[in-house]
Amino acid sequence: MSNLTLPANIVSNPKLSHWFRLDHLPLVTVCTGKVELGQGIQTALQQIAADELGLELAQIHWVAGDTQLSPDEWYTAGSLSVENGGAALKVALGHARYLCIQAAAKQLDVPIDTISIAKGVFSSSKVSQQLSYADLSLSVNLDQEIISSEAIQASKHQVHSALVGKSLLREDLKSKLSGAAFIHDFSLPNMRHARMIRAKHVQSTIVSVDLEKIKQLPGVEQVVHSGSFLAIVGHNEAQIDAAQEKAQACVVWRSPEYVAQQVETEAMITALPAGDEIAYEHGTKKSAVKTIKARYSRPFIAHASIGPACALAQVTDGILSVWSHTQGPHLLKNQIAVGLRQDASTVNVIHLHGAGCYGHNSADDVAFDAAFIAKSTGMPIRIQWSREEELTATPFGAPGVIEFQAEVDDAGKIINWQSEVWSPTHIHRPGWSGKLNLLGAWMIDLAHPIDETKDNPLPQGGGLRNAITLYDVGYQQVRHHMIPQAPLRTSALRGLGAYLNIFGMESFMDEVAQELGQDSLEFRKKHLQDPRSITLLNQLASMAGWSKRDSLPEGIGLGMGFARYKNTGAYCGVMVQLRAEEKIYIDQVWAVCDAGEVINPDGLINQIEGGIIQSISWTLKEMVTWNKEEVTSANWDTYPILMFDEVPRVEVQLLNQPGVASLGGGEAAAGPTAAAIANALVQALGMRARHLPLTPERLAQIVE
Amino acid sequence: MRWTAHLYQRGLSKHIANNSLTLFLFMTTQLTLNGQRLAVNAPENTPLLYVIRNDLEHKGTRFGCGTGNCGACTVIVDGQAMQSCDMQLWAAADKEVITAEGLSQDPIGQLVQQAFIDEQAAQCGYCINGILMSVTALLKTNPNPKQEVLHDALNRHLCRCGTHVRILRAIDRVIAQINQQVIA
Repeated sequence: MSNLTLPANIVSNPKLSHWFRLDHLPLVTVCTGKVELGQGIQTALQQIAADELGLELAQIHWVAGDTQLSPDEWYTAGSLSVENGGAALKVALGHARYLCIQAAAKQLDVPIDTISIAKGVFSSSKVSQQLSYADLSLSVNLDQEIISSEAIQASKHQVHSALVGKSLLREDLKSKLSGAAFIHDFSLPNMRHARMIRAKHVQSTIVSVDLEKIKQLPGVEQVVHSGSFLAIVGHNEAQIDAAQEKAQACVVWRSPEYVAQQVETEAMITALPAGDEIAYEHGTKKSAVKTIKARYSRPFIAHASIGPACALAQVTDGILSVWSHTQGPHLLKNQIAVGLRQDASTVNVIHLHGAGCYGHNSADDVAFDAAFIAKSTGMPIRIQWSREEELTATPFGAPGVIEFQAEVDDAGKIINWQSEVWSPTHIHRPGWSGKLNLLGAWMIDLAHPIDETKDNPLPQGGGLRNAITLYDVGYQQVRHHMIPQAPLRTSALRGLGAYLNIFGMESFMDEVAQELGQDSLEFRKKHLQDPRSITLLNQLASMAGWSKRDSLPEGIGLGMGFARYKNTGAYCGVMVQLRAEEKIYIDQVWAVCDAGEVINPDGLINQIEGGIIQSISWTLKEMVTWNKEEVTSANWDTYPILMFDEVPRVEVQLLNQPGVASLGGGEAAAGPTAAAIANALVQALGMRARHLPLTPERLAQIVE
Repeated sequence: MRWTAHLYQRGLSKHIANNSLTLFLFMTTQLTLNGQRLAVNAPENTPLLYVIRNDLEHKGTRFGCGTGNCGACTVIVDGQAMQSCDMQLWAAADKEVITAEGLSQDPIGQLVQQAFIDEQAAQCGYCINGILMSVTALLKTNPNPKQEVLHDALNRHLCRCGTHVRILRAIDRVIAQINQQVIA
């Protein structure tokens, strides 16, 4: 039997029993390291699993993100859950299916190829007797290494199940929309509630604290104070919540010295100390007739999840259990152990669903808080961050600047291209490049040193994500100025650098086309050879009525943006129609996405729609503000996001490609949407906006 | 002020609150939650949200901001959509409170809840239960609201996942269903 190459997640979790078990009968246990973050991945992965095993979704016992029970699949991030997590499930469960078919044939005493599986039942054309997975539990050895072969893959034909490609309803939404379902809703016996006491700049240190006064606040049973880590604990959540604000008044803080007063993003970012590296170079420079140059920027952006971070922790017989809505349970487990200076074998992390997660938010930090407080007090702890902490203490999406220079030949084609990026890190997660990266661990007595930042290198890229253009531009060079220390803490926010880089690149393509007097859609197609991109752009143009663009009334604009996320993920094109008055009113958005074979079409459309709306909010409204002492955008009044009456009509189409590898699409829409807005604005207003967000104040500036 | 008037009614002469001391008066308050008459023994100034979640263990109402700005904690109190983080227990005394757990008992609430499932009008789903409450309260008194009226109700809610398009579609579905029933 020839052994095929195994996916990376199988190589790192090689045992079949890591992925498939018959220990929860009559249900079939399927384990994954990829966790539900509000993106609907649980349902999509279950569809893949069900089709491999011939099960209905209700027959699966699903175990996700439990460090004792699930495989370690790194972070649930980068739009890789279907691409990598799904591919691993196919291989592991394919092997399990193959073994179960063999065992069933033996038990029924029939040839292997007469067995078929449907709805969890093994049957053969030769006999009337049928078997379930439970009937096979004693005859299949799962304590073996996973292999893949052509024979194993071929046994898929014996399965009668076709859930992949169907828009199945999400099972998790039924409980979420009617009662308890989130981490916030769980409780432990004898549990205490905890709240952190902290400054509005997270790396502030305590100068002095009146602990006696805090202890006297109603409901405060214990105060946990270690270095600059300060928390209150009590059994009544309402009282502890009320005490949080009062306790804050009992502390004198010192904010870190490197925090400078806020200035415009472009000026701030290019003035900070930074590296200088040619990150990518390709082709040969040719002589050109025209040079065009432009610079774009984005500010710090907040995750701003509607639900605040929450975690539970307790120590039982020397084992610390932490319940968390983290993206990386195994990585978090290891770093909590480092932070608490105890052996990793004494820590377990169990994933529970949280509110919307768009990247490295506060989930990991609150888990450390819970762990430290539980360990210090010996009590089972539930801790929840406040809205203010959520908007000030959570890592922010990194600001950045990107400058493009295009040189054009006399045929109006780009022949030399340079992009130059300035940005702090876009990844500073626990466990990222082996670093601790937990806020609380930097605060406690015997504080762990604040970890150095290191951005994600190409080809995935952090600040450089999508900085390499896929357009056929001849010579290309990408230069990176990595900023080791920004005024505020940054880490992964949906799309990382791709949001700015695609906004910039797709704005710039329009600028060059306009300079050369060419239609911006045709100009893009002239620089594309990939047929998938061209098909997508043609469909998008016909959907949005691009050909009638010139006949739109005055004050209205239609603009486009297009990219392949990470240059390896899903393709997404977006067109936006808007009105420019005292502010920007977006009327309609059209999008086309090619994500290869689509597992759950409605789930993917939901992600694209959400990416578009979130991007409109970032692009039109959002900017973190601060002064020398603190982050000042600390509530929904000072950090406004998109409101219902600002929401456009949105139409999304998928170019489904059955049999073609699935591509992650969860982050594909944001960059193209931002560019489409800026490009539409040029038609509506006759002015180019290059620096985000496009607030009424910004519009007033560029019109002047 | 309602708070003072309320204390006065109960024969209390003053309410003490300063930086270091808040008076928590543990009293019994009667209210109806999802059709069930209940007595709550909690300080009267406890935010209704915590009473519902912790004392009465109905977890389908969510904390979002604690200041009435995001709508995640919205419940229906005597037919009105109210933000329960911003409302104290005494204000719900002897009133009828409906949460996500009780929506299915109400014909309109049931339609709203089902329409959100059918349209998959959620991503993380954290903000949705509050929205279900506002939409139900609105449609019960106004089954065919003008767009501005609907926007006014929805603008009390924030959604970060960007599910707005589907939420609006689910509401359209309910409005069509209600009006079809009326005609039939």
